[in-house]
Formats: sequence, structure tokens, C-alpha cells
Amino acid sequence: MKPILNRLIGLAVGTAAGLLVTAASAADISGAGATFPYPIYAKWAEAYKAKTGIGLNYQSIGSGGGIAQIKAKTVDFGASDKPLSPGELDAAGLTQFPTVIGGVVPVVNIAGVQPGQIVLSGGVLADIFMGKVKNWNDGEIKALNPSVNLPNQAIAVVHRSDGSGTSFIFTDYLSKKSPGWASNVGAATAVEWPTGVGAKGNEGVAGNVKQTSGSIGYVEYAYAKQNKLTYVRMINKAGKAVEPTADAFQAAAANADWAHAPGFYVVLTDQANPAAWPIAGATFILVYKQPADASRTKEVLTFFKWAYASGGSLAESLDYVPLPASTVQAVDKSWHTNISAAAVP
Amino acid sequence: MVDFALSENIVAPTRAAALRRFGRSDARFRVFTLAAALLVVAIFIGIMIALIQGSWLALSTFGLGFLTSSVWNPVTEKFGALPAIYGTVVTSALAMLVAVPVGIGIAIFLTELCPRPLKRPIGTAIELLAGIPSIIYGIWGFFIFAPYFQQHIQPGIIDALANIPVLQDLFEGPPYGIGMFTASLILSIMILPFISAVTRDVFETVPPMLKEAAYGIGSTTWEVMWRIVLPFARSGVVGGAMLALGRALGETMAVTFVIGNAHHINESLFAPATTISASIANEFTEALGDLYVSSLIALGLILFGITFIVLAAAQLMLRGMERRSGGKSL
Repeated sequence: MKPILNRLIGLAVGTAAGLLVTAASAADISGAGATFPYPIYAKWAEAYKAKTGIGLNYQSIGSGGGIAQIKAKTVDFGASDKPLSPGELDAAGLTQFPTVIGGVVPVVNIAGVQPGQIVLSGGVLADIFMGKVKNWNDGEIKALNPSVNLPNQAIAVVHRSDGSGTSFIFTDYLSKKSPGWASNVGAATAVEWPTGVGAKGNEGVAGNVKQTSGSIGYVEYAYAKQNKLTYVRMINKAGKAVEPTADAFQAAAANADWAHAPGFYVVLTDQANPAAWPIAGATFILVYKQPADASRTKEVLTFFKWAYASGGSLAESLDYVPLPASTVQAVDKSWHTNISAAAVP
Repeated sequence: MVDFALSENIVAPTRAAALRRFGRSDARFRVFTLAAALLVVAIFIGIMIALIQGSWLALSTFGLGFLTSSVWNPVTEKFGALPAIYGTVVTSALAMLVAVPVGIGIAIFLTELCPRPLKRPIGTAIELLAGIPSIIYGIWGFFIFAPYFQQHIQPGIIDALANIPVLQDLFEGPPYGIGMFTASLILSIMILPFISAVTRDVFETVPPMLKEAAYGIGSTTWEVMWRIVLPFARSGVVGGAMLALGRALGETMAVTFVIGNAHHINESLFAPATTISASIANEFTEALGDLYVSSLIALGLILFGITFIVLAAAQLMLRGMERRSGGKSL
């Protein structure tokens, strides 16, 4: 049943890719997957093509589609917002590495409350999204915000309705902070939300929050920043209240224990660094360890090597957070240990 | 004379050739139309096979429980279609409840009562309404209608009905602006033009003789519409309504915007819910895992089934109506 579907998708994507390849050049890199990093991959591709003449055809069909495509070998690389577990990687002969960091920011709409004025902890956030804390003047919220005048108003919860890497990072964080969330809801790109309304995409969540007084939602960092939404400060693992900034996201990645994570299976939530924003995650690229055509994978890795070295400012211009230098080194090392030598630049 | 004989000699073989040529072109035409018709059947069968194959994993895992379970948990991979089926059926039924009377009302006004200068502008407006892409309805519903509804109308309705049994349960809860009620309303606006445009066209085929005779024996406009025009045109009216219902059942984008996308069954019409097509559109791209994807395809199969049942019921209803009236219909 599944193979037929895969083959159909593969056929469609393959045909599309084929057409694009003939239209452009035979040496172009092809990839498919997550929608979240699509804008930066497109921007990198443009700059890379101008420099080297090699183009990148990236189809942002979603993480699930990206994983299916690389397994079907119709593309040179797959892209996923949710890292595959080491077991899944081994079963498919794949390896993965992070490219850019994504942060998730809770946003609220409460009359009179300014951006950054409210502080929440992971446990309270989980209780709100579980429907346990129902009112803005609840004792749990007041205890964290003694100086803020919180209204007696029902909390309207807004979550993503579409499967999304943003939801994965967010629910992973809530699972780490709340045993109740971990056992009743769990972490995934889509979960069974205990309460609230679902909205499609970052823009849907932001729109719903903007329109609904007393609401809380969560959006991608770039989205919150560009639209100047009323964000919430979070208390991180070290007990510090932090602002969602590019530096705070990088801090989350910098201290992550990549070395002891086979296949980079690390979700950057709830990191110990005192400067780290607690709800962060990376988006990943999937390639074969022993590619059938080593030169194709080599092109892919060369592209990302260039992106790590020279794409940082482009990423920042789109409000993506580039990987810190230490993580880039870990990625480079993992290529040499995991991928067959002929495919590593 | 000479000329005539000459021309006959030439014409006879030419005519035979022409006839042969026409025969051949007719045969080709027949083959072409047959192929076109068979293509539809092949596509239909292909879609059925693909849907059944795709949903087999979910159906074999959950069995009939897939239809009756209201759990939709991608984490534990437990899936049930009931909330989506419920949302689909309720929103479509509510939309029909609003759109059928209004749509038929518009058609009656346009064919019988409308001053001539207004006829064309109103008719064109309705046809244009049918041509608006559904996402526009969704955006309008989400950004314009829902906030207004939430702030100015919903709280009033909730308060006014707070102590009336049944109604208080149907209209309770925090005013989100979006939800099943809003989705139904947007759907009814979307399907309105289908009903009124088709109904108007069939009303115009009613022979004037019948209507004039009825007016002649002293019928009121209401009696003429209710007893002459509607019975005469009923198969067309039902056809238009079914076309509209088909669109309402399958509508995706507009509903996704305004229904709230929550896999819960809630008796309040103001509560967020979901429909089959909205769930598929929302979750398919990032659905990880075979069972998840298969469950979404199974939802598609169920929608296919619902649409089939609705169309079949409409056919049966029409046949029953024709039998009762002795087959004198369009």
C-alpha cells in the first residue's frame, strides 16, 4: 500500500525534478523536505549558483515527504525538522546533520501587556496548554509575575493545526518540563491537543492570537520578530529568565552535547547554558552514508560546507540562526566518520 | 446536356468517397468519445484502488473502530475518524439548512419578481460569487468575519441563550470567533450561488402557459411558485442542491481557516472542530509514519464514501418523486 503511494510521489517528484534538471544543468543538486528552512535554502542556492554555477532544486514538500523522497532515492538529500532517531537512520543507511537553528516563541494577547513583560516557566506553559491553568490571574502565573497586573480573563489557547517542526520543538520542550504532558500528550510534529483552536501555519497562529483577546500561541522566532508580536520571556533550565534573541538560540546549540549524540539526535530544548533560550531546535539534512553515486552526495556536502562558511550573514538577514562554530566543527567531523570518503569534500 | 453527363460521371465516385470519408470520421469520432468516457471510468477505478490500498494499513489496524473512535493521537499512533466525520456532516448540513431556502428564494426573486433592470446585475453577481476561489472565502472569514463575529455577535448570542435548555448547550463556550458555526456560515455563502444559479436556470424552463393558467384561476405568487414552478422544476432544484452539498462536503481551504481544527466532538456549535478534508490538508505534509499517512488516506476514502452515499440517496429520492408524480418531470 505504502510503496505504491511512495512510487507515485516519487514519480511525480522525479518527473518534476527531471524537468527542472534538464531545464537547468545536469549537475544541479536536488533536495526535498521541510518547509521551515526553505527560504534560507533558496537564498543560499541563489548565492551558491552565482558563485559556482551549480544550482539547487529544493522542493519544500514537508518533512514527511522529504524523508520518503530520500528513502526512495529520488533526491540527493532529504530535509526534516524532526531528527530521525539513530535506529531509524541505521535502518535506512542514512546520516543527518543540522543546518540552521529554529527557535519557538510563545506569544500572547493580553490588554496592556507589553512584549517581554510576562515571564513563564515550562511547567506553567504546559499547564496552560493542557487546559489546567484556565485564567490569566491564576496563582501559578501570578507567582512568576508579581508586578504585572494580570486580568481575570479566560486563556484562549492557539496551536498549529498542520504538522510542523515548530510544534515538534514546542511539544518536546513541554514533555521535558511536564511529566503530565509527556504521558498524556507527548512530542511530535502533530499531537492530540487537549484544548484550544488549531490554526494553519505561523501566520494562522499569529492571526488568531492577534484577534483573540486573552490568547496565547507559539510561533517561529523569525515570525515573532518580523511581526513584532507580544512575546513571553522564558525561565530556562539554569533558572534565568531569558529573552528570545539570536544569541540565546545560539547559546542553546553551543553547549549541546553533540559529541555524545549519534547522528546528531539532539533536540535543543531545555539546554543547561544560562544564556540559552529553552525552546530551540535545529533543522536537519539527510544523506546516505554509502551513497550509490558518491559525487552527488559530495555536491550536497560541498554546498552545505559553503553555507556554513559563508552563508551565516544571509541566514541572519532572514532571521534564521546560524549554527555556532563549535557545532559546525562537529558536523564536519561527523561527515568524515559517517560518510564514505569518496563523498566527503 | 454534355455538361450534365460529364458532371454525373465525376460526381458519383466523389459522393461514394465522401460517404466513406464521413463514415471513417464518424468511426473515429465514436472511438474518441468512447475513449473519453472510458477514461473517466478508469480514473474512478484507479482512485478507488489507490485509496483502498493507501488506507489498508489503517483499516486493518483499527478495523471498524476507525469509524467510531474519537481519538486522534499522532504520538501514540491511535487514530479514529469520528470527530472528522461529525464535523464534515454537521457543517455541511448546517450550510445546506441556510443556503437551500436562501438560494431558492434568490432564484424565485430573479425569475418571477425581479424588476427587469436588476435581473442581469444580480444574476451576474451570483455567478461571480461562484467563481471566487475558496481560499478567498477562507481569508475573508478568518480576518474579517471571525473577529467581528467574536467581538460583536458571539458574546450576545452566548449570553442571550445562557438559560434556555438545549440552545444553551448548542451555543456555549468562549467566543473564539472561529468554530463549527462560522465554518457552516462561510460554507453556506460558498454554496449559495450553485443552488441559486442552477435553480434559476430550471425555473426559467417552466412553460409560461402553466404559470399563466395558474395566475388566471386566481393563484397568488406564492401558490404559483409552491404548487406549479417548484414541483415542475424539482429534479433540477435537487440536482443543484446536491452539487452544492458535494462542494460543501469536500471544501477544504475555506473550512480549514475558520473551523478551528480540533479533533474533538463538542455539542456547542461555537466550539472548534475539524472536517475530513481540513484534517488531510493540515496534516498530510508533515505526517511521519506509515500508520499516520494511511489513516489520513482512510479519511479520504470515508469522504469518498459519504459523497457516494449522498449522491445515491439523491438519485433514489428523485426517482421516488418521479414515480409519485407519474414521471412528468424534466
